[in-house]
Amino acid sequence: MSELLRGVPPLLASHLVLVLASLAIAIAIALPLAIVVAGRPRAAFATIAVASVIQTIPGLALLAVVVPVLAAIGWLRPFGFAPALIALTLYAMLPILRNTITGLRGVDAAAIEAASGMGMTSRQLLARVELPLAAPVIAAGVRTAAVWTVGTATLATPVGASCLGNYIFAGLQTRNFAMLGVGIAFAAALALVLDGLLALVEHALAGRRKGRVAVPLACFAALAIAVIGVAPRLVEPSRAVAASSSPARGAVAQLERVHIGGKTFTEQYVLVELMRQRLEAAGVSVDVVPSLGSTVIFDALVNGDLDAYVDYTGTLWTNAMKRPSDAPRWRVLAELDGWLAREHDVRALPPLGFENTYVLAMRRDTAERLGVHTLADLARHPEVSIGGDYEFFGRAEWTALRGSYGLSFARRATFDPALLYDALVRGEVDVISAFSSDGRIAAFDLVVLADPRGALPPYDALVLLGARAAGDARVSCALGMRVPIEAMRRANALVDREHDTPAAAATWLAAQLGPPPACGGVTP
Amino acid sequence: MIEWHDVGKRYGDAWVIRHIELRVEPGELLVLLGESGSGKTTLLKTVNRLSDADEGVVKVDGRDVRDSDPVELRRGIGYVVQGVGLLPHVTIGDNVATVPRLLGWPRDQIRARVDELLELVALSPREHRDRYPDELSGGQRQRVGFARALAARPRVLLLDEPLGAVDPITRAALQRELARIHHELHLTSVLVTHDLVEALVLADRIAVMLRGKLCQLATPRELLTSPADDYVARLVAMAREQGERLLGGTPA
Repeated sequence: MSELLRGVPPLLASHLVLVLASLAIAIAIALPLAIVVAGRPRAAFATIAVASVIQTIPGLALLAVVVPVLAAIGWLRPFGFAPALIALTLYAMLPILRNTITGLRGVDAAAIEAASGMGMTSRQLLARVELPLAAPVIAAGVRTAAVWTVGTATLATPVGASCLGNYIFAGLQTRNFAMLGVGIAFAAALALVLDGLLALVEHALAGRRKGRVAVPLACFAALAIAVIGVAPRLVEPSRAVAASSSPARGAVAQLERVHIGGKTFTEQYVLVELMRQRLEAAGVSVDVVPSLGSTVIFDALVNGDLDAYVDYTGTLWTNAMKRPSDAPRWRVLAELDGWLAREHDVRALPPLGFENTYVLAMRRDTAERLGVHTLADLARHPEVSIGGDYEFFGRAEWTALRGSYGLSFARRATFDPALLYDALVRGEVDVISAFSSDGRIAAFDLVVLADPRGALPPYDALVLLGARAAGDARVSCALGMRVPIEAMRRANALVDREHDTPAAAATWLAAQLGPPPACGGVTP
Repeated sequence: MIEWHDVGKRYGDAWVIRHIELRVEPGELLVLLGESGSGKTTLLKTVNRLSDADEGVVKVDGRDVRDSDPVELRRGIGYVVQGVGLLPHVTIGDNVATVPRLLGWPRDQIRARVDELLELVALSPREHRDRYPDELSGGQRQRVGFARALAARPRVLLLDEPLGAVDPITRAALQRELARIHHELHLTSVLVTHDLVEALVLADRIAVMLRGKLCQLATPRELLTSPADDYVARLVAMAREQGERLLGGTPA
């Protein structure tokens, strides 16, 4: 348990920094805006409408939208803190806007008339009458915004902002419910604490006694100061990247720290740990940015926010290079390296030696009984049934398979990925879609049908290095490795089936690969 | 002290008040009497420019109010509104000190003035200075409202239905206080009310208004003895009838 909790303090702190910073900016924008529009019904309506529309965008989608927008504008790095901060600020604005406008409109008319009748200027009226009287309602809006922001900030993990979402994403993807619980519990506790503090402020303001506002505000100030004290340490890694990015091409320099990234599925969590272990053995310090979105991670490598991660040729071919999916493997491998180096100054290490692609799998006994070894054999058995995950029947792979082999099935059914293998094992379906490196293929002793016509695009796993990392010989040496598919499947199964941590699975996997080469680094 | 010459005010095409000719003499307490919608409050607000006349001239102390900056003008005129409008988030003392603070008086002078005013409106400074409006009764709040309006020693006091929201006994007491303060400080006051009895009790002269016009300007006695038109006559008759019914109902 203590091992599990070790990562909490820095993530909790960066979560809090993210929340407080976006709240502060949201207040700084929404409060003046609300004051300006409060007296103008049409402008107020339009402002609230725009904020409400932003609010209806699901948090994950809003974060995903901010990244390419930032990249297009180009003056802020579209990775990590900046996109998360912007999305959360947008999110936090609605309740503050709405409550400020409502609060200002609800101020006792007699107080306003008396005050202007006594000769207050409109500015004095705002500062001494309207804002103080609307303050409790405004504070309630900030309180709502704070609780929303704490929750939504957990979604900032896939854009590279470290926060409590790191626990939640990793826990969900690797079926580690203790980890998931830790992430949820701390996020909920943080929301409750902030809500409680702001409730004190709100009630003190509603009681309209200057003295009582002081204590909770002081607590808040103390929290903010503590956070500001921690903040530089949190943003330091990304600063280092920012400061030393865009080095001279091909410069050979030893990196102080290497930032490695991973996507959001089991294999990636294991590979991140494997890379970390091998780099550290070569004397390289490592920072891990886990649970990144598929498009975010490539852009982060290109922009120098990351130094290394494992991607798959098919993904790069279709998503980054925008090529048609039916290209033969030799062509993909031949063109990918050159394209990456030419267009993005990214270096691809030789393939790791395993693929993670869509395949069709059967129970061994069924396959033997029907005499099916390849997809071509399967075409002779239109009586069998097939199960797929949510995506499979809508993907290009499915179309390519059917076209290429003329496959037809008696029945087809869609399952949740977690239940798909069980359905096959229990005999509810005869064939399922699977990922070639999934640990459950080995665990259930399934047969993967061969694809002699190459209908399925190749998804060879390979390590990509950013420009800086490519210049550090220790990195390319440490990450130059071959991972047999059986070993990868077994490591994935250790996490998925045996509930080992990705780090433990990586240690097991490293042992299978043999001792790492001496990469010339200082031994730690 | 206050003069209206041919004053008119309209909202859109509708004239709320029109052709008003009226003078308030120095030291006088003039009551603007009328039902709601008669234009009496609008007329009052043309004095401190919370509402600017569209026609005619309003003068205070011989000077056209439109030649004054509205903020400066208002700081020199006491103003009491219905519902008092005390600031709920500051103490009684701070409420009373509002205008002296806006005028930038020195602190100790403000403190002395606040205590002086609270005594003037029969509130104990020591007991009430540091309390908040919600800890006071309606009548006490209204007294604070008077004190606040008088803080910067205005010579003109405008009162917009100041006693509309207090109970009859408190109202009677406050009417006496108001009359006393008016005379003690040699103020020139204009009070808006829809209550004929209040007008009769307080006024040196009463200006009766109906639908934006001035029906009659008279002393209370004149108003009772020789109403100028039907409306005033009905108003007086109704008050008299109520009084007689009340007396007739008492066992002899």
